[in-house]
Amino acid sequence: MSTTDTDTAADTARGASAEERELGAAGSQLSTAPSEEISLPSLGLLGWVRWFWRQLTSMRVALLLLFLLSLGAIPGSLIPQTSIDQLKVQTFKDDHPTLTPVYEKLQLFHVYSSVWFSAIYILLFISLIGCIVPRTWQFIGQLRGRPPGAPRRLTRLPAYTTWRTDAEPEEVLRAARRVMKGRRFRTESAGDAVAAEKGYLREVGNLVFHIALIVLLVSFAAGQLWKVEASKLVVEGDGFVNSAVSFDDLKTGQLFDKNDLAPFGFELDDFRATYERSGPQMRTPRTFSADVTYWQGADGAERKARIKVNEPLEVSGYKVYLLNHGYAPVVTVRDGEGEVAYKGPVAGLPIDGANLTESMVIKVPDYHNKAGKKDQIAFQGQFLPTWVRSQGMFSVFPALDNPTLVLTAYHGSLGINGGTPQSVYQLDKSRMKQFMESDGKTKYARALAVGDSMKLPDGAGSLKFEGVKEWATFQVSHKPGNEGALIGAVAALVGLAASLFIQRRRVWVRAVAGKDGTTVVEMAGLGRSESAKLPEELADLAVRLQADAPPAPEADAPAPEADAPPASEAATSPASGTEPERQPEPAPESKPEPESEGEPESDPAPGADGTDPADPSEGAHA
Amino acid sequence: MNLAAEVNETLAHYSNVLIYSAMAVYTLAFLAHIAEWVFGSRSAVGRTAAAITAEAAAAPRAQVTVQVGGNTAEKGGTAVLERPKVITRSAAGSRDVPDGPGAAGGTEQGDVYGRIAVGLTVLALLFHAGGVLARALSVQRAPWGNMYEFSTTFAMVAVGTYLVLLALKKNVRWIGLPLVTTVLLDLGLAVSVLYTDSDQLVPALHSYWLWIHVSCAIVSGASLYIGAVSTLLYLFRDRYEAQLENPKGKKFGRFASSVLERVPSAASLDKFAYRINATIFPLWTFTIIAGAIWAEAAWGRYWGWDPKEVWSFITWVAYACYLHARATAGWKGRKAAYLALIAFGCYLFNYYGVNIFVTGKHSYAGV
Ligand code: HEM
Repeated sequence: MSTTDTDTAADTARGASAEERELGAAGSQLSTAPSEEISLPSLGLLGWVRWFWRQLTSMRVALLLLFLLSLGAIPGSLIPQTSIDQLKVQTFKDDHPTLTPVYEKLQLFHVYSSVWFSAIYILLFISLIGCIVPRTWQFIGQLRGRPPGAPRRLTRLPAYTTWRTDAEPEEVLRAARRVMKGRRFRTESAGDAVAAEKGYLREVGNLVFHIALIVLLVSFAAGQLWKVEASKLVVEGDGFVNSAVSFDDLKTGQLFDKNDLAPFGFELDDFRATYERSGPQMRTPRTFSADVTYWQGADGAERKARIKVNEPLEVSGYKVYLLNHGYAPVVTVRDGEGEVAYKGPVAGLPIDGANLTESMVIKVPDYHNKAGKKDQIAFQGQFLPTWVRSQGMFSVFPALDNPTLVLTAYHGSLGINGGTPQSVYQLDKSRMKQFMESDGKTKYARALAVGDSMKLPDGAGSLKFEGVKEWATFQVSHKPGNEGALIGAVAALVGLAASLFIQRRRVWVRAVAGKDGTTVVEMAGLGRSESAKLPEELADLAVRLQADAPPAPEADAPAPEADAPPASEAATSPASGTEPERQPEPAPESKPEPESEGEPESDPAPGADGTDPADPSEGAHA
Repeated sequence: MNLAAEVNETLAHYSNVLIYSAMAVYTLAFLAHIAEWVFGSRSAVGRTAAAITAEAAAAPRAQVTVQVGGNTAEKGGTAVLERPKVITRSAAGSRDVPDGPGAAGGTEQGDVYGRIAVGLTVLALLFHAGGVLARALSVQRAPWGNMYEFSTTFAMVAVGTYLVLLALKKNVRWIGLPLVTTVLLDLGLAVSVLYTDSDQLVPALHSYWLWIHVSCAIVSGASLYIGAVSTLLYLFRDRYEAQLENPKGKKFGRFASSVLERVPSAASLDKFAYRINATIFPLWTFTIIAGAIWAEAAWGRYWGWDPKEVWSFITWVAYACYLHARATAGWKGRKAAYLALIAFGCYLFNYYGVNIFVTGKHSYAGV
């Protein structure tokens, strides 16, 4: 089926002829890619260890591991992850009782920290290090070494040109060295030829890229191990201090000590949100901004700042992000004796995303009934920023157009004293009794506008809806290693570009005295890949060299038409006369050039100059 | 205020009209391309078969170093006569097969239709670009805030890339028909399923990183798409050439042969696809880095394994796989091509699948 592959394999196998071996030497070490070795090891433990190491650091295994890595990342994007949304994981677990144990065994709820996913990337990075180290040594060796000498038959190389000149061979070679050096080639004379090589930056780029991947991974790991990610709900007028006890939720990396939180704090002065008022995206938030006053250190100076969704506050190496917002109705609760039992804002919990209907629970633990006896009461209900009577008990718009508080009330034991921590958003009604209307049948409930009060039955007290404040949740995060990650990313990008766009290539110039007293000059080029630019460059070099080694007049073939098949030109080249052995083989004659297409012969490279990626697949192992 | 809103609505309306006009013209271009292929086929000459059989008759497969091409240095050069003739050879392992004559098959009539098709594509692109621009003006922001806008811009960039390659005299006219077909599909999907009225963005998307990150993503995707088309054709053409080489094997039907005969040689298609993919890979890398920087600014973490992030990563690793495969003996050619197609599949899934089937922080307003 895959003919190409078998062909390639066959070619490689057949490439044992002396000539091909010589060409192989000319192309050797044009890269530092590890050679493929599938042979089984010689016996002995050491042999096996070495074999295993070779396998692990081979391109084949790197390929396999890369493939596994992308495959392994897939489930994490399809199955809810605890690190992203714990609530969704819980819902999923409730919905899939049979799958859940299997998934849990396979660690599919935290794929990216699972043992098997870690194993893949750790192996990959061992492979990477095992690959980089020898390649770096090899490359340093190549930098110290010289370009390999000219193959005997330059005509066999991918790009070739020749002419005759009256200049002496030594003169030509000297000029060739000068021309190549001028073009920043490394040159080396050997016998009747000059060897030159250029494009070492390609290899540097490749190594930089792979090393940068390690820098990236290490920074990522550091970020995970020492991270701080905490959130806090703050009502307008309230403040917050950066310490472990003050957060609603605090997650730190395994190696972070919670006592090391940098001291700073802020107060939320004002929060503002605006919403789209019409159109299909009505009620989509348009702007969120929070004005805060913050301070650093134990008693630093106060400063003002505005936090927006894309613009966190940076303070003491921490970033404070604006995440979410909602409303906190301000209420005053009086008990049966007329004393203020509670006064202040109570944050609601948004229950529908778009319109900010909030579920409300107001717990009043310090309460005395009419008789002066200790009791506890609680209010439960909803807050609707925009209530339209005809549309039921849900808000119809997220802004405060007609803020309404709808509450019912309970008394009894809140169950707070039991010791287990309670959510402020939930009411444990197991030991509470709901207030009833005076008829004793209907449950007591009231809808309040701002300024309204509700009086509990039988003089049990009252609640006044004083106003509405807004609250915002902030995420406080601190992640070391961000700089490392950025440096790694940029280095990877630069290295990648160098590795893909720079072509490593060699050029040889041979000059020998011909029989007729002129000098035969031959030039040939070899790249890691078959590139359209290599022949161009060779021609450029030849033009430069011809300034010092002008073509002998009689060797100047009559100017051929541009369309003539190349073979005819090759045949008229003087080399054919001097040394039959070097005669280029004739090209297949018929390569008709159809007129219709723009330029079918031209190379379909997408990039213009400088953006022509060197193709590693061709000539790499030739 | 009201006036401005009205102006914007008018602009949004114009934008829709322009997109529909572009679709109409693309349809005409599609028909012209069909005509190009139909009338061109009459003179398909079987050059590939001739080249392969002649080669097979002349010498066994060891012919890998036969010289082809040549005179590369001369092309387009002004100093044609002074430049030395450079003889080039193709590398070991590749068939020395000439590129096909293109969709027109060398016939004049087919060629005329082909030129008409290209002309119509240019016209359609003008409408298309006008539509995208009007949309951008109507919302006064980058026109890629939701999937409708993303899809229209995506198609625009793909067609633009194709026309630029054509203008650079690259041998890409054969891609015209598949490209116009998919552009029509993409726009059809955009105006029917994905359509969203022009509107503002949610605050999280307000950032200049939107320009940088999303524009790079669009350019990457559009170019990778062209690479993927080329890879797919390579797979067919490679099999076609392989079957020509093997006289006893099963043959392609007349229709398939006539189509495959006319596209460039497998080696050219493969190289073209590689060059696009390799050129775009750094851009895609940059897209992900830019996205990470944006995420850091917006959400406080540069990487959070959000589904969109995961699939960008998977796509990136898949293309890295492809590049590695090309450097690994035994994985070149068809196997690498399959990897390239998988990689592009990942890109597509990231673009459509993740938005539609998976919810994450990247869900846009309205799909
Ligand atoms: C994290 C995993 C890796 C990624 C994302 C990655 C990515 C890449 C990419 C994108 C290239 C293309 C650049 C070019 O062609 O010059 C490349 C090339 C290369 N990679 Fe990796 N690589 C990884 C791991 C490895 C490992 C483990 C090895 C060791 C076996 C390795 C060896 C190579 C070599 C030798 C090349 C150059 C091929 C050539 O000379 O053309 N890479 N890599």
